Amino acid sequence: MIRKTIAYASLIFFSFLFLAPFYWMISTALKSDDEILQYPPKWIPDVLHWENFGNAWMSQPFHLYLENSLTVTILTTIGQLISSSLVAYGFARFTFKGRDFLFMVVLATMMIPWEVTMIPLYMEFNYLGWINTLKPLIVPSFFGSAFYIFLMRQFILTIPRELDEAARIDGAGSFQIYARIIMPLMMPALILVSVFNILGTWNDYLGPLIFLNDQSQYTLTLGLAQFKGMYEVEATGLMAVTFLISLPPLLLFFLAQRYIVDNSAGVAIK
Amino acid sequence: MNTESVVTHKQPAMTVQPKKLKGRAFLTPYLFILPWILGFLAFTLGPMLFSLVMSFFDWPVVGEVTFVGLDNYINMFTDDPLFWQSLWVTIKFALLFVPLNLFIALFLAMMLNQKVKGSGFFRTVFYLPSVISGVALAMIWAWVYDGEYGIFNYLLSLVGITGPDWLNDTSWALVAMVIASLWGQGSMVLIFLAGLKSIPESLYEAASIDGAGAVQKFFRITLPMVSPTILFNLIMTIISAFQQLSLALLLTGGGPLQSTYFYAMYAYDNAFKYFKMGYASANSWFMFVIILVLTFLVFKTSGKWVYYEGDNRRGGEEA
Repeated sequence: MIRKTIAYASLIFFSFLFLAPFYWMISTALKSDDEILQYPPKWIPDVLHWENFGNAWMSQPFHLYLENSLTVTILTTIGQLISSSLVAYGFARFTFKGRDFLFMVVLATMMIPWEVTMIPLYMEFNYLGWINTLKPLIVPSFFGSAFYIFLMRQFILTIPRELDEAARIDGAGSFQIYARIIMPLMMPALILVSVFNILGTWNDYLGPLIFLNDQSQYTLTLGLAQFKGMYEVEATGLMAVTFLISLPPLLLFFLAQRYIVDNSAGVAIK
Repeated sequence: MNTESVVTHKQPAMTVQPKKLKGRAFLTPYLFILPWILGFLAFTLGPMLFSLVMSFFDWPVVGEVTFVGLDNYINMFTDDPLFWQSLWVTIKFALLFVPLNLFIALFLAMMLNQKVKGSGFFRTVFYLPSVISGVALAMIWAWVYDGEYGIFNYLLSLVGITGPDWLNDTSWALVAMVIASLWGQGSMVLIFLAGLKSIPESLYEAASIDGAGAVQKFFRITLPMVSPTILFNLIMTIISAFQQLSLALLLTGGGPLQSTYFYAMYAYDNAFKYFKMGYASANSWFMFVIILVLTFLVFKTSGKWVYYEGDNRRGGEEA
């Protein structure tokens, strides 16, 4: 009994700590510019200033940033789904020389700190004339990503090989087996990878920061970071935009919660 | 023709496969993994080697490139106070963040494991901050910490504490970053929870019969059983601490007085603010070596304190 009470008390206390900043963001976004300067702070604004969202959004070319963010997010997700699944299928279904070594290399690349590749990548993309375009953010996703390859390979290993063999007897080639049998069966893994990739790309800050300089190319995160630096910006507007930008990831999380929560834990335990 | 192939395949196809693949069939698997091979060469291995080479050169973005041997590395250690400052900031951050993060996450996971009602709700709440962008996180916390109107000091004042001006106080800015980072790491609770759930109930029952108390159960059963998860989290947290950049850029810009000047920010500045690409490459490689050594040490010592259930299968496979 006491144990349960302690459990509830601490869970509720920590939930408050975890939720308070979110609440503070939303309540600030809805306040008037005078109200945010009140002390002690007001928990609930007298009047809900919904117009803050529209005003803040319109004060900068956020619609352009949104377009860029969407472009990058959608294209990288397509890229990862195609490339990572092809590679995962290769690793999961074939025995070939150097396979285990190469797969270890795939896993090892997850440990490489981004600082080590950041500078030469910048120069490489600069040489290609890609700086200040969205290409550095998009193109690499068409070559697979270690974590997604790993996730998909693990999933393919759970698909019975008999299905492949049956198709092969019916005359299907390796690519057809991949496209017609493995891909449809892999739907849960594809959804999981999409969710991870959408969240990761949408939220990415360092990539855009390093590769983009022109405002017209900014993504939302970069636009928000720059928005803060402007001296005339009020906390109300800043919190309003922060909320708007956080909304899609939060919604996606609620939709896909089951996939994320089960798997992020499962992957780590393996 | 058709009937023949059916007959030959009557035995399980698996036994057919090990036969030497010829020609196109030999190439097939390589074609499937080709995207990764190309990407690895172009975006990982190539850049890594290139940055290693660069670290031995004086390499401005515009202008002449000159070979300087080990000078970059020597200068870093002997002639650059910012190098030591940023290294120290990073280590301080990791020393504060890693134990706190592990302790809080394990604690919350254990509370969730008490068969409480609404555990789904609590899990969602703890996970929520890790879903939003680091930029959004920084924006929220900059406002939470605001010296005049921030909610953080207001809440502290309710319990009689006069909070510092968090982000502008040299002795508190780093602590402020630790707290903000902890907020974004709630997903670790779920990893611990999965670890706790995999502990067989029978172990606890047997311990109860033998008269073990709650404390003994924790140290003799829970802790050893979740130790592989602790190991995993430990490594991941250390690595992420050493790569901490966006929070520093967005919350404090490395200040006040470089008290939050993280190593990653130091390397970033050398590259993209001062355009000393060769020097910054040396910075990065030093960081890489530190991460490698740390990871190696953790794995090396883990045999002493990580308990693998029953066999050592978990340790070898996949890790």
